[in-house]
Amino acid sequence: MLNNSPFFRQPASVRSVMLRTLAALLPGIAGYVWFFGPAVLVQLALASATALAAEALMLRVRGRPVWLFLSDGSVLVTAWLIALTFPPIVPWWLIVAATAFAVVVAKHLYGGLGQNPFNPAMVAFCVMIVAYPQLMSQWPAVGFTDFAAQMQMVFGERRIDAVVMATPLDFLRTQLHTEEARETVSAILGAGATFGNIGGKGWEWIAGGYLLGGLWLVQQRIITWHIPAAFLATLVVVSGLAQFADASRYAGPLFHTLTGGAMLGAFFIATDPVSGATTPRGKLIFAAGIALLTWVIRTFGAYPDGIAFATLLMNICVPLIDMWTQPPVFGHKKGGPP
Amino acid sequence: MLQKLFRFHGGVKPAYHKEPSIREPIGAVPMPGELVIPLHQSIGGPPHPLVKAGERVLKGQPIGAPDGNVSSSVHASTSGRVKAVEMRLAPHSSGLAALSVVLEPDGLDEWIERRPVPWRDLPSSGVRDALRDAGVVGLGGAVFPSHLKVNPGKDGKLDTLVINGAECEPFITCDDAQMRERGERIVRGAAILGDLTRAERILIGIEDNKPEAVAAMERYAAAVGDPRIRIVAVPTRYPAGGAKQLIRVLTGIEVPHGQRSTDYGVQCFNTGTSLAVFEALELGQPLISRIVTVAGNVARPRNYEVPFGTPMRHVIDLCGALPDTDRVIMGGPMMGYLMPADTVPVVKATNCILVGSARLFPPPPPEMPCIRCGECAKACPADLQPFELYWFAKAKIFGKAQEYKLFDCIECGCCAYVCPSRIPLVDYYRFAKSEIWAREREKSAADEARERYEFRLHREEREKQEKAAKLAAKAAATREKLAAAKEGDAAPAPGAPSAEEAKKALIAAALEKAKAQKAAVGTPANTDHLTPDQQAQVAEIEARRAHLKEVAQSVRPKDDE
Repeated sequence: MLNNSPFFRQPASVRSVMLRTLAALLPGIAGYVWFFGPAVLVQLALASATALAAEALMLRVRGRPVWLFLSDGSVLVTAWLIALTFPPIVPWWLIVAATAFAVVVAKHLYGGLGQNPFNPAMVAFCVMIVAYPQLMSQWPAVGFTDFAAQMQMVFGERRIDAVVMATPLDFLRTQLHTEEARETVSAILGAGATFGNIGGKGWEWIAGGYLLGGLWLVQQRIITWHIPAAFLATLVVVSGLAQFADASRYAGPLFHTLTGGAMLGAFFIATDPVSGATTPRGKLIFAAGIALLTWVIRTFGAYPDGIAFATLLMNICVPLIDMWTQPPVFGHKKGGPP
Repeated sequence: MLQKLFRFHGGVKPAYHKEPSIREPIGAVPMPGELVIPLHQSIGGPPHPLVKAGERVLKGQPIGAPDGNVSSSVHASTSGRVKAVEMRLAPHSSGLAALSVVLEPDGLDEWIERRPVPWRDLPSSGVRDALRDAGVVGLGGAVFPSHLKVNPGKDGKLDTLVINGAECEPFITCDDAQMRERGERIVRGAAILGDLTRAERILIGIEDNKPEAVAAMERYAAAVGDPRIRIVAVPTRYPAGGAKQLIRVLTGIEVPHGQRSTDYGVQCFNTGTSLAVFEALELGQPLISRIVTVAGNVARPRNYEVPFGTPMRHVIDLCGALPDTDRVIMGGPMMGYLMPADTVPVVKATNCILVGSARLFPPPPPEMPCIRCGECAKACPADLQPFELYWFAKAKIFGKAQEYKLFDCIECGCCAYVCPSRIPLVDYYRFAKSEIWAREREKSAADEARERYEFRLHREEREKQEKAAKLAAKAAATREKLAAAKEGDAAPAPGAPSAEEAKKALIAAALEKAKAQKAAVGTPANTDHLTPDQQAQVAEIEARRAHLKEVAQSVRPKDDE
C-alpha cells in the first residue's frame, strides 16, 4: 500500500517505453530487409537471444530480481541497435560477442539499467570495429539478397568477396583518399548502378523508415524533438558549408543525413536517455556535438562511420553539459518580473 | 473583455473523478456524540487552551487563544460541556497525539452573541486582530493564518488579488459546491479582501472543468456589481490550483520560493477563505465548520458542511464506505495525507475525506531504477529537474540538492505521477528536506552552545579583571587612609579615630555591603513590582502550566507502552 501521496499514478512503465522504441524501429528494419535481405533478421534474433541470456546471467550474479528487469525490454533495445548498426553478414560469433560485451561490461558492470554512462550498443560497435575492422566494413552488395548465401557468410567459414562491398560512406571515403582526389564526389557516387544519387541506393529508404519511426516516437512523447532536430540540423549545416566550400571533395547534406547511421543515430542512438544529456539546452548541445564529430570522423577519419565514436565522446561530456545547462526554476527566470 | 492567460510549465491531467460528489447539494451532518477539537489547526504557534474540563461552552466561543501573532484562534463548534482537555490522536500521518478540547454537544447548538465587525472603521491592525480571533485561516489546505496575508504590501496597494477557485485536485469538489451555492458570500468576501489589500482588480480563477461554478459565480458577481471583480475560467491542468501556478496563469507573474507575493503586487486566497472572511467580519461568525468532500470508495459521495472536531468516520458513515475500504486520506490523491485512523477529527485543513481501497488506488508495480527519461522534468510545475534531485537525495548529497532548488519543490506529486519507473519521488524530497532541516537544527544548536560557552569564558575573564581592579583600588584607598591615620598619629587631632579603629570600621562596612548584596541576589528581579492585573495574568499562566504538565504526565505512560 502507498503510504504517501501521490496515491495514484499514470499507467506508464519502462517496459512500455522500451517496447514502443522497438516498434518504432520496425519501418527501418522493413526497408533493411527489402534492400539487404533477411540476414539482418537472423542477426536481430542472435543479438536478442544473447542479450537476454547475458542480462539474466548478470542479474542473477548481481542478486537482482531477474524477471522484473529482464522483462523491462531495455536489453532488447540495445541488442537491436547492435544488430542494426553491424553489417548484416558479420559472422554470428561477432554479433554474439558484441552483444554480450555490451550487456555484461557496458551495462551491468556499471550498475545496470539507468547507471551506464556510455551507450552500450555504441560501446560494442567501437570495440568490434577496432578489433575486427575488416569484418565490420563488409556489407552485402545491394541486390544480393540471397538468404542461403548470406547465411553461409554468417554461419560458414567462407567470405564471398564478389557480393561484399563497402557502404557508400566507406566507399566514398576510400575513393577520395586513395585516388588522391582525382575523382570528385559526384563522379564516385554516380559511378555505378550500385548507388543511388542521394544516400546510396537503398540507404535512403532505410533512413526514411527510421525517420518515420523516430517521428512516431516524438509524437508518443518518448523522445523530445531536441536531439533529432539538433543532430540533423548540425549535420546539414556542417556538410552544407563543406560542400559549398568544395563540392568536389565534400559530400552534401542530403548524402550525409540519408546514409549510414545518421537517422538511426538521430532518433534512436543519441536519444538514449540514460547516457545522454537531459536538459532541453543540454540535449541540443549534446546532439549537435555528436553530429559535428560524426561529420569530422566520416570526412577525415579512418572508420566507415563516425556515429559510434561521436556518441561515446559526447557521453563523456554529459555531466558537464547537464550541469551547465540547468534550466531556471519557477520564479528565477531571466527577463521575468523582479 | 477577455482575460489574457499565461501558461505554467509542466503539470499533468489525471482522471478527475469529480462528478460523483457534486450531484447532490451540500449536506448537513447530524451532531456527533463527541467533538475532538485539536488546538493546533493552523500554521504557526499552537493556541493555548482557554477552557477546562467541566466548563460549559457556547457555539463559537473561543477555546484556544492564539500563541502570538503567527497563530490563530480556535472555537467551539457547538454548545456543550468540555469533557476534557487532553492529548488525542491528530489528523496527521505521523500518528502523533495533539492537545485537543473534547466537547460533548448538548444538542442546543446555542451561539455566542454574534456582532458584525465594523471593519470599514477599524484600523487595518484591528481588522487583522478580528480575523485572527475569528480563527480564519487558508482553507485551501495550507491553513496559513489569513490575517497575516491581509495587507497591501510595500507599495501600499495591490495590483491583483487572486481568489483561488481552481480546485485542481482530483475527487475534491468542496470549492465547486461552495461557489455554486454560496457564491454571493464568496464574492462579497473577495470584495472585502480587495478593500483590505487595496487591490486594483480581483480575479476569481476557476478551472474550466467546472462550468456550473463559473456560470454561478458570474451571476453572483454581476449581482454584487463590484467593478474590480472578474471571473476567469482557466485551463484544467493539475496543479493549476497551486497558489503560485494560479497567480502565474492569471497574471504572468512568477513569485519565487520564499518571497512575499505582495512584493510582486499579487496576493491569493482560497474561495473558502473568502467565504470565511465574509462570515467573520459581516456576520461576526468565527470559523467553526467547513465544506468537506467525502469521495472515493463510498456508495454516496457528497459534500457536507462539517463542524470541526467531528470524527471522520461519522461523516464517512453518512456516505456508506464500501466493504473493501482500507484507508482514509485527508485531501486529494495527489497531495493528501494518509490518516492514522478513521476516527481522527475533521479540522480546518480537511478539504476532502478521500476513502481509499486497493481497487481505487492499486499498489504500484515494483520500483525500477531511474532511466533519466526526463518525464518528471516535463511534468514539474516548478521547472525543477526532479530526477537530479532524486539522485542527490538518494545519495544524501544534500548540498547539491539545495543547489538544484530542492526547497522550490511544492510536493505536488506530478513527477511521481508520470514516472515510468514508479519511483516515489516526492518521498525522496520529503526525506531530503527533513534531513536538511534536522541538520540545520543540530548545527544551530551546536552554534548556540558554542556561543554560550565562548560568552561564559569572556564573562569570567571580564569578572576576574573587574574584581582585580576593584581590589587594587580598594587596597590603594586603604593604604591612603592608613597613611592619613599615621599622619594623624604624628599630630593627633582631638576625637580622631585611631588607626586600629579605622581598620575595624572598614571591615565592618565591607561585611555590611556583602550582606546587602547577598540579600539582593535572593529576590527575583522582574516580578516584584507588578500591577494586580499582571499578577493575575501570571497566576493564570502558572495554573495553565500546571494543568499542561498534568495532561502531559497523564499521556506519557501511554507513550512508554
